[in-house]
Amino acid sequence: MEAHGPLSDEGLVQMLTPAGERVEDERFSSFAAHLDADDLRAMWRDMVLVRAFDTEATSLQRQGQLGLWVPCLGQEAAQIGSGHALRPSDYVFPSYREHGVAFTRGVDLPEILRLFRGLQHGAWDPAAHGFHLYTLVIGAHSLHATGYAMAMDRDGLVATGDADRDGAVICYFGDGATSQGDVNESFTFASVNRAPIVFFVQNNQFAISEPTTCQSTVPIAQRGDGFGIPSVRVDGNDVIASYAVSQWALRRARAGEGPVLVEAFTYRMGAHTTSDDPTRYRTKADEQYWAERDPIARLEAHLVSLGELSDDFADGVRAEAKELGRRTRETVRSWGKPPLAEMFQHVYAEPHATVEAERAWFERYEASFADAEARA
Amino acid sequence: MPTFETFPMPDAGEGLTEADVVTWHVAVGDTVEVNQPLVEIETAKSLVELPCPVDGVVSELLAAEGDTVEVGAPLAVFDVDPGGSPADDAPVAEVPAAPAAPVAPAPAAAAPTPAPAPAAPPAKAPAASSPAPAPASSTPEESGAVLVGYGVKAGSAARRPRRDERVDPIGGIEDVQDYPVLAKPPVRKLARDLGVDLTTVTPSGPGGLVTREDVEQAAKLASGRVLATYPGDDQPWLASGYSTDGGRSTRVPVKSVRKRTAEAMVSSAFTAPHVTVFRTVDVTETMNLVARLKADREFADVRVTPLLVVAKALLLAVRRHPEINASWHDERQEIVYKHYVNLGIAASTPRGLLVPNIKDAHRLPMKELALELQELTAQARAGRTTPGALADGTITITNVGPLGIDTGTPILNPGESAILAFGSIREQPWVHEGEIQVRWVTQLALSFDHRLVDGELGARVLADVARVMNEPGLGLVWG
Repeated sequence: MEAHGPLSDEGLVQMLTPAGERVEDERFSSFAAHLDADDLRAMWRDMVLVRAFDTEATSLQRQGQLGLWVPCLGQEAAQIGSGHALRPSDYVFPSYREHGVAFTRGVDLPEILRLFRGLQHGAWDPAAHGFHLYTLVIGAHSLHATGYAMAMDRDGLVATGDADRDGAVICYFGDGATSQGDVNESFTFASVNRAPIVFFVQNNQFAISEPTTCQSTVPIAQRGDGFGIPSVRVDGNDVIASYAVSQWALRRARAGEGPVLVEAFTYRMGAHTTSDDPTRYRTKADEQYWAERDPIARLEAHLVSLGELSDDFADGVRAEAKELGRRTRETVRSWGKPPLAEMFQHVYAEPHATVEAERAWFERYEASFADAEARA
Repeated sequence: MPTFETFPMPDAGEGLTEADVVTWHVAVGDTVEVNQPLVEIETAKSLVELPCPVDGVVSELLAAEGDTVEVGAPLAVFDVDPGGSPADDAPVAEVPAAPAAPVAPAPAAAAPTPAPAPAAPPAKAPAASSPAPAPASSTPEESGAVLVGYGVKAGSAARRPRRDERVDPIGGIEDVQDYPVLAKPPVRKLARDLGVDLTTVTPSGPGGLVTREDVEQAAKLASGRVLATYPGDDQPWLASGYSTDGGRSTRVPVKSVRKRTAEAMVSSAFTAPHVTVFRTVDVTETMNLVARLKADREFADVRVTPLLVVAKALLLAVRRHPEINASWHDERQEIVYKHYVNLGIAASTPRGLLVPNIKDAHRLPMKELALELQELTAQARAGRTTPGALADGTITITNVGPLGIDTGTPILNPGESAILAFGSIREQPWVHEGEIQVRWVTQLALSFDHRLVDGELGARVLADVARVMNEPGLGLVWG
């Protein structure tokens, strides 16, 4: 690892070493001081369940059940840690890899797969979960998130002092998105409007196959400086540090103190998507180095060292994970074909002449086939 | 009974059409579990290990190592109920596959399966229609999915059989009639202000956008006031018109202010039964008052006209007979009596006939009334009358005198129940104090809505206006 640059560990907040030892951070330890063994076990359970789901989804794609899958393997700590720092009054704008965050927001994980089976554009109610639909266009949702945060401020949902009322927006994207114009525009708007938003960058070191070193000469977090946005680098494979830094950033935003840029430095242990072959652009040695920093193993080692991970509990969670995998597989295989008209829904909030005309045309067209009944 | 399931070659990337079998990890007869490694394949993109889709026993491997297998073609068959007794005609099920990759530009790799892909709009990519469901043993049709950089194989697409070929191509949708007009909000406001119907404007902007210039041009044409002089009579006589009858007439589409004026007049004339009463009156004292006010230093910067006095006279009459200042609400079957007077002045403007009104005219002293009148007239002449000035009038004066007309039977401004016509003022022989003298005489006419104004009320209002015109000093008594 270099001493400086985007892949260095310069300024990295860490509270759990790769070996699972708890270490103090002068600035942020206090934000995680209240976590007890139950809390840590809950985080460990969430990470194990999400990984089981993720693994099953990858298999389902390989078996022809999904058109595409975007694994979050290796990024569980950044997602579960930040997800646990959220409150019901907060609102999340995910990109398309935030399955762990979705889980912390109460989204039933198999439902995510409707999108990846080509059945629906999104299968959960964003308002009910405070969790927006996945955005596939890189960084585009950072603008929506910033606007949403500015609106929360104008709606009096920030800095009222009422803990149940005050909220913030957290916007997830990757290292590659920070090279996008949209994200830089969002930084500008968020900064000058003191928007209550946390930009949470999971730097998984690759924009598909493009390494972070081709996108930045400094750590991603430093990009906040030019916009006047305070930023923090955190070890994204350390669930406790990810939680603590998110707590700090979200509290600050909810109190009306403006945006924060969090760079969670992590590693995408799997492929970018099931269409990608990472062996073409990275080495086995690299993968081995990061496998030794597995976020789940790290927390597990810590809990074991504390004597807080009983076999009963661990076995229970593993059985739960297996069951989630089975349920995911059966749910996906039970899904039929969506009604034809569905693809025309949710395009506009209100009836729209062009969409209506296209829907009517498509129905006529489908009915013109000799095998129409069989397909209807 | 054994139940067989066929596993078709999946699309392990996005829009791939085939893959090579590299290594089988299982053999026929092996007992397998869901997700255990089944086979390694090589696609155009990468080496991929496929996990086993079912629990059961491998009953057939349908491709040898090194074979190229098209996406959707059967790869292996499993017995998922090996404990059952054998049967010759055991049903072969298929693993239902995903309908399509969600982000592929065209329907991706639809497998021959009971749940085929919902096709993307086929007219845009007719070759991309999904193949018809085929039995597992048949050779599947190739998907027409297009992956950037790979292209489409010629002749690879299958067409679904059509029952009716007459469905229009999707391009016909361009003709949707109520396609909204494209214009930016400030341009929409301008159109509203100028009374231009955006749907009638020919757009010149990119993508059919109506521009500010388009609207201004349309307003100019619609005004009907922009006279164009042409050398020959075969040219349209009005700029917004077109000539017909071999150049002997010009037709101008009815729109904008002209259209609204027509609608308002028709609506008013045929819903409110009009009655008009007339009165000829000696206004010599009014003319004297006008002359004195013109000389008054306080009125030095204000235009004083007989219209100002008639306006004041009407306001005084309304004060004495407030029932005249009312409106008939047909829908609710109510008469709405107004406690305020927004005094309308019919005005000929570059945009056509408009009736702007002076808000709360009943509160205004003479000089303020004169100032308001002056401002209203100036705006109307400049074509700058605002929509606000046109709204919520309660009673109106139409000043036909300057045109040299004695009087007329005015039509009510819609929503009002009285309108006063003020004719030209001439010197005429008049019996004054028992002698025939030369006096300033004018005619007044008051039209009213007989649904709510009886003849007596209308007569009293007109008589009061005439009395003030005849003897302005009454203003001291009634004001």
